[in-house]
Amino acid sequence: MPVGIFAFLAVLAVITGLGVILQRNPVHCVLALALVLTDLGVIFMGLGAVTVGFLQIIVYVGAIMVLFLFVIWLLNIQVDPGAGGHLGLKLLGAVAAAAMAGEFAEVIEHTPKISQIATVPADFGSVAELARYLFTDYLVAFEVTSVLLLAAVVGAIALARRVSPSLVLVAPVAARGATSPPEPDVPVARRESA
Amino acid sequence: MTPISYYMALSAILFAIGVTGVLIRRNVIVMFLSIELMLNAVNLALVALGRRIGSMDGQVIVFFVMTVAAAEAAVGLAIIIAMFRNRETVNADELNLLRW
Repeated sequence: MPVGIFAFLAVLAVITGLGVILQRNPVHCVLALALVLTDLGVIFMGLGAVTVGFLQIIVYVGAIMVLFLFVIWLLNIQVDPGAGGHLGLKLLGAVAAAAMAGEFAEVIEHTPKISQIATVPADFGSVAELARYLFTDYLVAFEVTSVLLLAAVVGAIALARRVSPSLVLVAPVAARGATSPPEPDVPVARRESA
Repeated sequence: MTPISYYMALSAILFAIGVTGVLIRRNVIVMFLSIELMLNAVNLALVALGRRIGSMDGQVIVFFVMTVAAAEAAVGLAIIIAMFRNRETVNADELNLLRW
């Protein structure tokens, strides 16, 4: 990738990355992160990882970021009231992050500049090449990934669903000392928060 | 051609931005977004170094990182929804049930 194009993409990534952590409205943060991810996808393509670049844009921007947006809309989160809470802790966090950035800068400064790049075949980063690796060297990991996704789906549904009253065990309610039976159509979560 | 070092520098900057976001923001959704930013900074380093040695392994690992990030986002957002339903807040400072 020519240096000029990389510089443009890098500056865009840093600006939108700062937008992720500095904006008040969570929706704007999500949109800024979507921009960062699209930008990184383009950089991946410039590095020859065409398949991974497109997957990045389709999966990350198209699915995960939209999931975040849906959750924010579902919860109806208002704009952050601003700097509240423990300001000292935030300051400490900013100092710690700055120290880590300084360490990174030190490491990069003392590393010899890598300029020569391996020559790669024409199909480097193609769908066929990626699939060949996934189904040979990384077959076990690939299969385990499917189990992981299944577990995530089941876990997400189990965590996010409302508990219906007919499924609630009687014992916990009795242990809390409730004398009257719970109203049939009030979910448990609502009753506890009320 | 752009030297690979530049990609590593961009990756380090994005990672540092992500760490800063987790440390200074108190909205759990924004903290979550910062974690995604860190994951992607590492992805950039993997792809760049894989390109440097002419190996596909980095891209395969990026593929797996994406899968794990998707699973993490699904479960994490479900936890946030359950938390919001019980406590009516997404502020990490107010979620102090496990505090000593």
